[in-house]
Amino acid sequence: MRITCPYCGARSSHEFAYLGDAAPTRPDPSAPDAAEAFHAYVYERDNPAGPLDELWYHSAGCRRWLKVTRDTRTHAIIAVAFAEAGESAR
Amino acid sequence: MSRYSVLSLIANALTGQTGWKPAWRDATPKPAYEVIIVGGGGHGLATAYYLAKEHGIRNIAVLEKAHIGSGNAGRNTTIIRSNYLLPGNEPFYEWSMKLWEGLEQDLNYNAMVSQRGIINLFHSDGQRDAYARRGNAMRLAGADSQLLDREQVRALCPFLDFDNSRFPIKGGLMQARAGTARHDAVVWGYARAADRLGVDIVQNCEVTGFIREGDAVVGVETTRGAIRAGKVGLAVAGSTSRLTRLLDLRLPIESHALQAFVSEGLKPLVPGVITFGMGHFYVSQSDKGGLVFGGDIDGYNSYAQRGNLPVVEDVAEGGMAVMPLIGRLRMLRAWGGLVDMSMDGSPIIDVGPLPGLYLNTGWNYGGFKATPASGWCFAHTIAKDAAHVLNAAFRLDRFRSGHIIDEKGVGAQPNLH
Repeated sequence: MRITCPYCGARSSHEFAYLGDAAPTRPDPSAPDAAEAFHAYVYERDNPAGPLDELWYHSAGCRRWLKVTRDTRTHAIIAVAFAEAGESAR
Repeated sequence: MSRYSVLSLIANALTGQTGWKPAWRDATPKPAYEVIIVGGGGHGLATAYYLAKEHGIRNIAVLEKAHIGSGNAGRNTTIIRSNYLLPGNEPFYEWSMKLWEGLEQDLNYNAMVSQRGIINLFHSDGQRDAYARRGNAMRLAGADSQLLDREQVRALCPFLDFDNSRFPIKGGLMQARAGTARHDAVVWGYARAADRLGVDIVQNCEVTGFIREGDAVVGVETTRGAIRAGKVGLAVAGSTSRLTRLLDLRLPIESHALQAFVSEGLKPLVPGVITFGMGHFYVSQSDKGGLVFGGDIDGYNSYAQRGNLPVVEDVAEGGMAVMPLIGRLRMLRAWGGLVDMSMDGSPIIDVGPLPGLYLNTGWNYGGFKATPASGWCFAHTIAKDAAHVLNAAFRLDRFRSGHIIDEKGVGAQPNLH
């Protein structure tokens, strides 16, 4: 499996560290339902069989966080972008 | 259907082997059952068997989307052991080990249970202390364990690289009662034994939806029609989220790919199972002579039932570090399975989370050894609507309450367990 890093180009997936599903976002700890929201954030996953947006870190390359859209049934990579808004390949 | 015995062997030998019957009926689904188990793998079939045997429930169907033994039951590395540390885990796995020890007599089927032992190698003083603690925890739960020093390991496994400059072998934690079992025979044996107790084993029957009455699950939609049931148990390992999505449930589960490898056949070499303590590599030898080995999961969500090359390299490096002779062997086969990694590395056997629904999932990459106890405990949980004391810790709501069972201590990161 090769991931085309927007900064470094196509590289082996071995260069990247995997975090997982990109969808969960850190809840507001002061919200009244924070305990329940954190439970969902930390533990609950959609785990789809199909396209999934996920976070990969290019640890042996440019050390940027990437958002990779990948089909979990085939490992085919559909899209790659920087995870942080506003980052560009320069 | 007759029992297998020396007499049945002789009788069939004298009649030209024409008297053998299929080991189980290829059942056509009835419109309704008392209990439906979704998933005809080891855990599902064991559940049906123990429901019938221990709890007297005979009106049961096991629904399998393909054929018996086609999923993880046919893709694992056949290791059985009970060498866990934590109180929520160890008594459960030791009960599984005890069930393995009586399995063949119980099922009247040769599952080729072979208690040749497992040795977890340690490579430093710190690791020796950790393994001594684990061995003591095992003994507290009634299991056997023995701390071997370097020379005791050498006597058993002279081919290991004891003086590796980075990872010298200082000794090992041995469980002599651990070993391997023939994975296909386990599912076939449970299928045959369940069938003999009246369980319908329905193959090529994929669940495509659930029949609901209010919140409650009262049956399933399948490729072979709708089937109603008083209780529906899910034992589908890595496909759990595919089914629970149909119920709008989100679970602490990710599906990952786990690979395993077999070498060409050798004369008897490896006594039992050996695990490397400084990388993820484990090896045993099959009865056909091939070395069966594996390591880490691939590390990213996958439903593909195949892995990638970086893990092949990683496993081979682990093997070379501890057992350099494998560098002379050719790898014959590699395959991948679809494993249900949970957020704390431990399984879930529980009532709910919906009325009429029962969950059996989260086996990570260690489900095979758990097969008998998983079925036994899941059957109890379904029949009594409450967990047995052995699976009391495997609750779904432990993630909410904080009572997680994290053997490795890496937190809610499934690809690290």
